[in-house]
This record gives sequence, structure tokens and C-alpha cells, in this order.
Amino acid sequence: MRPRFLLINALAFCGGFSIMSLELLGGRILAPWFGSSIYVWGSIITVFMLSLSVGYLLGGWLSLHSPSLAKFGCIFLIAAAILVPVVYLAEPVMTWVFSKVEDPRYGSLAASLALFVAPTVVLGAISPYSVRLLVRRKEEAGKVAGTLYFVSTLGSALGTLATSFYFVLWFEMDTIVGVLAGTLLALGALGVGCRRLDRDA
Amino acid sequence: MVPWASDAAASTVMHERFIAGLVALLLCGLTGTALAADRQVLHKEQSLYHTIMIVSEPSRVCMQFSVRDGSRNQSCINPRHPKRMVFGYTRMMMAALLLAPEPQAVLVAGLGGGTLPTALAELVSDVRIDVVEIDQAVVDAAREFFDFKETERMRVHIRDARVFAKRALQRGRQYDLIILDAYSGDYIPEHLMTAEFLEEVRGLLTPDGVVAANTFATSRLYGYESATYRSVFGEFFNFKLRTSNNRVILATNGPLPTQAELHANARAWRKALAPYDVPIASYPRRLSTKLDWDLSKRPLTDQYSPANLLQRSR
Repeated sequence: MRPRFLLINALAFCGGFSIMSLELLGGRILAPWFGSSIYVWGSIITVFMLSLSVGYLLGGWLSLHSPSLAKFGCIFLIAAAILVPVVYLAEPVMTWVFSKVEDPRYGSLAASLALFVAPTVVLGAISPYSVRLLVRRKEEAGKVAGTLYFVSTLGSALGTLATSFYFVLWFEMDTIVGVLAGTLLALGALGVGCRRLDRDA
Repeated sequence: MVPWASDAAASTVMHERFIAGLVALLLCGLTGTALAADRQVLHKEQSLYHTIMIVSEPSRVCMQFSVRDGSRNQSCINPRHPKRMVFGYTRMMMAALLLAPEPQAVLVAGLGGGTLPTALAELVSDVRIDVVEIDQAVVDAAREFFDFKETERMRVHIRDARVFAKRALQRGRQYDLIILDAYSGDYIPEHLMTAEFLEEVRGLLTPDGVVAANTFATSRLYGYESATYRSVFGEFFNFKLRTSNNRVILATNGPLPTQAELHANARAWRKALAPYDVPIASYPRRLSTKLDWDLSKRPLTDQYSPANLLQRSR
């Protein structure tokens, strides 16, 4: 049971890390088209919160259908697959939005919706799904959820700090997104690969 | 001025730097009180982007962006001689007229007190000036305290300069002279210091158009900034004076003018610029094309533009 607990927590941590790292990069991705004014951050935060809320519903719903470590790993694989197009689509999407929408407030909102909804919804599904995988008795449900929130939010905090203090100083933006996608891919594969751990659960 | 003093809290990771920052903050506080006797705050306002202060000193009125008293002046005017340019860098920016002697369409990014656009409007007949400034409160303060006037020929756009440039490019606008004066020193808008932005600026220039950018001569960004301009414009003029911490970059869409052309333009402008205290005749020989920066520095791009972090790193 122990390795399974650690693995799921590690995955939840990285999910939280990726969400906030992507959110911070979002601001830099949009700046060349829509500036870096407060409303650009408003658009990004709105879109991330909205996507996470939908992701929570999705994760909860998915957890009803014979949940397993393998399926949990698949959520990460899908997140990784959706993150890669962000790198390639960002420029054409923003160019198109810029040509259609005059007001940079709605322009940044539209571009954020187009670029960040899909990956963030999928990443949002991680938390509720991981709760379902670790809860065995309803008495411990609150404690399990609390621990997972702690771990994934700690990941978010570190993702924010690492990205804004160091990653943008050391790497190009596409490299950072690429490494995030690669990490999600590796973790997803790890989840799928360790699916036998479910038998002892 | 210690550029990172205001951000001392952000660099807690580096312990010694934090201590140094505290000391600097303390020193700034002390000088602030020492100066307080003959300084008077006429106006203080917290806008979306800065704290704007208008401070009256014995022979000048200044606009400052910061919380602390005694912080960096953005723009100053001498009320008794409003034409006289108080700051070395404003005078240095007028060197743009050596490369673009009769600009008809000018874009100014970053208004401050409006000293530069106001002078250009007075000096060049029929010039049309677009000013792009992100902060409405700066425009209001310039109107009230610096006698800045919007007219048919002087239009102000409240916009992020990058957004304005992209939109102007889409509409096929062209400028003979583009003045970049949007860096306040304490914080650099990083999307305005990339090769892609300069490409857009270049796209807005007429075939013999000119860019004049006010930047810092002593900053750690010097090499990066130079490499970025070089990557977009090729050879450019560096203009520095021993009396100023600023450096003005003068770059052109076409080839750079010769010394003879510079001197001819200086002679043509010498009289008109005298009331502004601009010693334009002495400027041509100060314009240098020497590669005086660390050539290992890479250009900044939209992919890699941590200007504020680089400025603070060792």
C-alpha cells in the first residue's frame, strides 16, 4: 500500500506544479499580443479557475467508473499530449484573435480560452480522481482529501516559484512547456506501468 | 540610485543582497528626510501601474514613479524656463534629429512629463505625433503639471506599446521617427525589450526611419540590450556622455548616416535647439558604432526575456 500511496501523491504534486507553471508562462505567452496589463492576468486567472472547476467535475465523474491507477496514468498522458500543441498553436491562434478582436481585454480572454482550457481541464481532473484512489473507508475520506490538497497545492506553490524565479531565467519558454509535457508523459507512463499496485490496495 | 533597493524583499534568497538592500533602503530614507525641507509634494496618486508623485523643488518640478520620496525622477521641468531640458538624457534623445532631421510622423512610447513630444511639436512644423502611454494617470499629471497639450497633431493613445505597435503594423502605419522611452528603471516591461518587438518597431519605420531608445549605460542589461538591437538593426549608434548614466541607442531602417551628414544636420538644428539647452553641435562625434559590450550575451526574445531577473543577477 505504501508505494501506491507515495506514487499517487507524487503524481498529484506534479499535477499541481504543472498547473501553476503553465499559468505563469501563460502571462508571458500572451504579452507580445495583448500586453502585460492587469486585465491580461485577469483573463488568465479567470480561464484557469474556470477550467479547474470543470476539471474537478470531470475528475469526479471519471472516478465513478471502475477507477484504477492505469486510468489515472492516462489522465497524465492526455494532459501531456494536449500541452504540446500549446507550443505550436500559440502564435497562429493569437495572431488570429488579434486580427478579430480589437479590445485587448477580450482578446486576451479569447486567446486564453483557446490555448489553456483543454490542458487545464485535464490537469484539474487529477485531484478528485486521486482522492478516489486513496480513500478506502469513509471515515478517512477527509484526511485523505486534506493530504492530497496539501501535496498538490504545495506543488502549485513550488511550480509558481520555480518558474518565475528560475526557469524563465535559465530556459526558453517552449523548452519549459516541453519539459512539463515530458514530465507529465513520464509520470503517466509510470502510473500505467505500476498498475499492479492496485491489486494490493 | 540602487536599482534593486525597492525589490529587496524579493531577493531574500540571497542573504547578503537582502542585507545590502536593507542598508540601501535605510540610506534612501535618510536622504529623503534630509531633502524634505525644500521639497514639496504637489500631487500623489496611486495608479494601476505606479505611484505617481509630482514634487516641487527650488528650481524645478518633477514627476516621480515610486513609493519612496527621493526616488527616481521621470521628468522635470524648470517653471521659469519651461523650454530648458533639465535632464541630460532628454537632451541626448534630441540627437535623433541628427538622423531624422525633418520627421513628419513620430511615435513616442512612454510619455512621462511629455518633454520630448512637446519639444518636437514646437520644433518641427507640421509634425504629427502619436504618443502611446499605458497609464491614463500619467497623461493627466503631464497635462496638469507639465503643460502637456493634446492637439490634432499630438494624439495620445492609452495602450500597451506592444499592442499599439502590432495594431499600427496591421494598419500599415509608418513613422519617420520612433522614440522608445518606456523603461522606468525600477521595472522593465519585458515584452518591450525583445527582438520581436524591435522587428515590429522596424516594420513601422519608413525606409529611412530612425529609432531612438533611452536606456541605461550602467545596467547589467547593457550587453543583452545591445545584442538585441544589433540582431534587428545591424550596426547602430551608441550615444553616451560622461555626465549621464543613460545611453541613447540610435538605429536606422536604412544605412547609418555619415559623420558629414550628422554634422550638417547638427549645424541646421544648432540655433533652434539653443533655447532647449541642447548642445547638438557636440553630439555627432560622440555617436559611436564600437562594439563595446560583452559579445557573448545573447539577444532577448519573446521566448527568453527575463530582463528584470538579469538586471538583478550577478
